[in-house]
Amino acid sequence: MPEICVAKSNDLKDGDRVIVRIGRDEVGVFRHKGSLRAYSNYCLHAGGPACEGLIIAKVEELILPDKTSDGLYFSKDETHFVCPWHGYEYDLKTGECVGNRKLKLRSYEVIERDGDIIVVS
Amino acid sequence: MDLISDRGNRITVEELNTSNLLKHAREQADRFGLDDILVVDVDSHHYEMEHLDEVLPFVENDVLKQLLMSNRAKGRGSLLPSETSFQDMGGRITRYPLRHSEKTGPGKHRDVQLGNRWMDALGVDYACLFPTQMLHVGLTTQPDLENNLCWAYNRWLTEKILPETDDRFFSMLCLPFNDPDASLRHVETFGGRKGVKGFCVTAIRTLPVHHNSYMKVYRAIEERGLALSFHSGTNSAEPMFKSLNRFATVHALGFPMYNILHMANWVTNALGERFPKLPVIWIEAGLAWIPFLMQRLDHEYMLRTSEYPGLRKPPSDYMRDMYYSSQPMEVTDIIQLESTFRMINAETQLLYASDYPHWDFDVPSSVLNLPFLSERAKHNILGGNAARLFDLKPRTAAQRKNLELHSLA
Repeated sequence: MPEICVAKSNDLKDGDRVIVRIGRDEVGVFRHKGSLRAYSNYCLHAGGPACEGLIIAKVEELILPDKTSDGLYFSKDETHFVCPWHGYEYDLKTGECVGNRKLKLRSYEVIERDGDIIVVS
Repeated sequence: MDLISDRGNRITVEELNTSNLLKHAREQADRFGLDDILVVDVDSHHYEMEHLDEVLPFVENDVLKQLLMSNRAKGRGSLLPSETSFQDMGGRITRYPLRHSEKTGPGKHRDVQLGNRWMDALGVDYACLFPTQMLHVGLTTQPDLENNLCWAYNRWLTEKILPETDDRFFSMLCLPFNDPDASLRHVETFGGRKGVKGFCVTAIRTLPVHHNSYMKVYRAIEERGLALSFHSGTNSAEPMFKSLNRFATVHALGFPMYNILHMANWVTNALGERFPKLPVIWIEAGLAWIPFLMQRLDHEYMLRTSEYPGLRKPPSDYMRDMYYSSQPMEVTDIIQLESTFRMINAETQLLYASDYPHWDFDVPSSVLNLPFLSERAKHNILGGNAARLFDLKPRTAAQRKNLELHSLA
């Protein structure tokens, strides 16, 4: 499997991302909470730049035992990246479209070696 | 540029450049050969509020002009959105918060430069330009204010903006519909201006479109060979919608409901019979509402024909005579969508619309990717139908050849 160096480790700090072209695909590489993830940058909805928009925690609603709502809050565990064209949200850990988790962006293996961040395509 | 994320975190993104943001759309346009297909976008927008300092001097009434221009003082705006809003979803639609960062050069008006960027990226040849906030102008309780704002905007658009667009933008101008006499004056004054292809009823209102006082307005538009459009919108203050607590539901219900209201009155009162040569276009309500209303009205018509004395055919037949803009196209059930296309005779009656730069815009591939459409239907929906309706010429020899190849004649 071809390995492509997409960035120097020092250049991709936690919370950063970089968009690179790999073959015919455009790929977003994220470093988030210590992990590296890489997904196709083509949104499954209309082809927008899925990886280039806002990175933001999942919005959840707290439903109490008596079934009343205690309002909206940000998830402590799940982070999304959002396609800037229309707002399709993707789970940063899996690349799944959170509105329909059967839909998933193409993902790539990412490794870090000798100060390089490498995508395996 | 930084965007605000959760818990005060900031996320760095590129500063906005429409061409860059839409580079994937340009790739799609190249892949589909869109430069060789005439594409007409019947519903695009700009943000006239960004240029109110240019628009307001055209207000005719001095008292209203002073009120409006004084209200432009900074720092006294409302904390709360005027309705259940947050259209940009907290910055998730990045072109909203970043809009002011986009750089334009000297020369043509900023809106023209921005417009040409997204048109070129999407592969759009011509676009009908509508305002944004002005679409709510019908909600005012001051008809004179509505009249003056429409007048000022329509003068500014036709005198300052459209002349700079090399004829690639046209418009259907907003009517001050709370005042039929003023609406007629607008048609008489602006109807012959270059780039004016029709007039628009901003549909966020509940008045009866079949009232006798409007007949002279429709007649004047029909006599000029122009089109009448109903551009829908949202209004969370509408009594029925006051319980809606998310913009998504305000949006999902509001757009179709206003068009449903006006369409029902238009058809039931036989305005299609009274103005048979007046093209009527229903804009930005999606398509899913149309089969519902066709079936509902046809059912009532068959049972209560005496309440439809002006009709010579079922209501749905009149609805099939009218035109519909395609956006936002609901594609979650492709079989249902195909049925809708059949019911509205989409090959001749559907007009591609992007709604760009608004948050739920559609790219031309939203039409090109539909598996049930013939090549001829795709070409006509993307541009052929609008070209005939608005008398728009193909911009290249290849477009002309494609139009002739897929002609409906």
